[in-house]
Amino acid sequence: MRRLLTLAICACCAAPAIAADMNITVEIPTLKVAEYHRPYVAVWIEREDHSVAANLAVWYEMKKGDGEGTKWLKDMRQWWRRSGREQTMPIDGVSGATRPAGQHRLRFVDGKPPLGTLAPGHYELVVEAAREVGGREAQRIPFDWPAKAPVHLSAKGSEELGQIDLDLNP
Amino acid sequence: MKHTLARAAFCAALVLPLAAQAHKMWMVPSATVISGDDAWVTVDAAVSNDLYYPDHFPARLDTLVITAPDGSTVKPENAATGKYRSTFDVPVPQKGTYRLALVNQGLFANYELDGQKKRWRGTPAEFKGAIPAGAKNVAVSEMASRVETFVTQGSPSDGALKPVGKGLELVPVSQPNDLMAGEKATFRLLLDGKPAANLKVVAINGATRYRNAQDEMDTTTDSDGKFSFTWPAAGMYWVNASTEDDRTSVKEAKNRRLAYTATLEVLPQ
Repeated sequence: MRRLLTLAICACCAAPAIAADMNITVEIPTLKVAEYHRPYVAVWIEREDHSVAANLAVWYEMKKGDGEGTKWLKDMRQWWRRSGREQTMPIDGVSGATRPAGQHRLRFVDGKPPLGTLAPGHYELVVEAAREVGGREAQRIPFDWPAKAPVHLSAKGSEELGQIDLDLNP
Repeated sequence: MKHTLARAAFCAALVLPLAAQAHKMWMVPSATVISGDDAWVTVDAAVSNDLYYPDHFPARLDTLVITAPDGSTVKPENAATGKYRSTFDVPVPQKGTYRLALVNQGLFANYELDGQKKRWRGTPAEFKGAIPAGAKNVAVSEMASRVETFVTQGSPSDGALKPVGKGLELVPVSQPNDLMAGEKATFRLLLDGKPAANLKVVAINGATRYRNAQDEMDTTTDSDGKFSFTWPAAGMYWVNASTEDDRTSVKEAKNRRLAYTATLEVLPQ
């Protein structure tokens, strides 16, 4: 009995260390434009049928009153169609304020929200950015989950997104 | 002024069913996909040659029926009719799909009285006694037309899209506010609530002023009234079907002209 308990405790302690994780870097490019507003950005994972397996991040203007901030969520039109229109904002643990130009690192752990537990399979990481009086761009990175060995994947945006990195650890 | 407008609208109404060749009636909302529950849309409504440039007649707004996602009827705000177009605003606080429809149903009569040409327009109930006893060359026809567009806040819904069962109507198979360039969309046309089979349907993208050809697409409904288009590009498409039959409400009307038009927005991928 005691041995079993010890085993169980060890298993519990060990669990976080062996959990697979996903590290994402999203670069918001510095743009030389007359009127600049920070972009709205959505980061999510799509299944092969384009259904959404997990919303990872939604950055939007949260401070404006009278729902002025949510008014432009639909400009991230792929995210809006796949998932956004079914959400009630803000989304706990997912949504946050818009971010400045630069690299933004995000880490997600298997089994924990907002990533949750992904069934083994083929997925796409999608990053979409839409900027007020600016453009809109989406980048996709296909990946297999879970990774058997550490994997580094990337995509490069051309207008509203910069370098996107996806690092998977088993 | 008022008289002129009424006459213009009357002419527009007369012209409309035959008008697939020439004049197109439409409503164009300022947005079709909306986020945020305090949003509004503003809508233009007109009869024109080019899509969507008001260059002919304003649409009559007395036939406007706006249905909210919960099935209730919404009154337009700030409605106005100008020389070439009508305009109105609609608050869209409910999540789901709103249907905006110009429903034009009625009887039209042309006749001569004491050598003068006269016209009459009204409902079947008003028809009895409307044409003077001495009238000559009486020609009566019936019309049922719908000009629609759709606006969705949040996720699309079907509550406002239930068919009425009269005239030509569109029933969504694809959601009318979930259309993307390169994708195939399917709808169903009903005639008096039953499948409208073997009917020609045309679709024309807007901004016709900036190209030489209409670039009209056409297809035909199947036995179930279904038709599909694969949208070649993003834009605001004018989708139209028309037909005629002899199922009139009064025996004096020999034929009934039927038309259905929708403006459907197709977004880029």
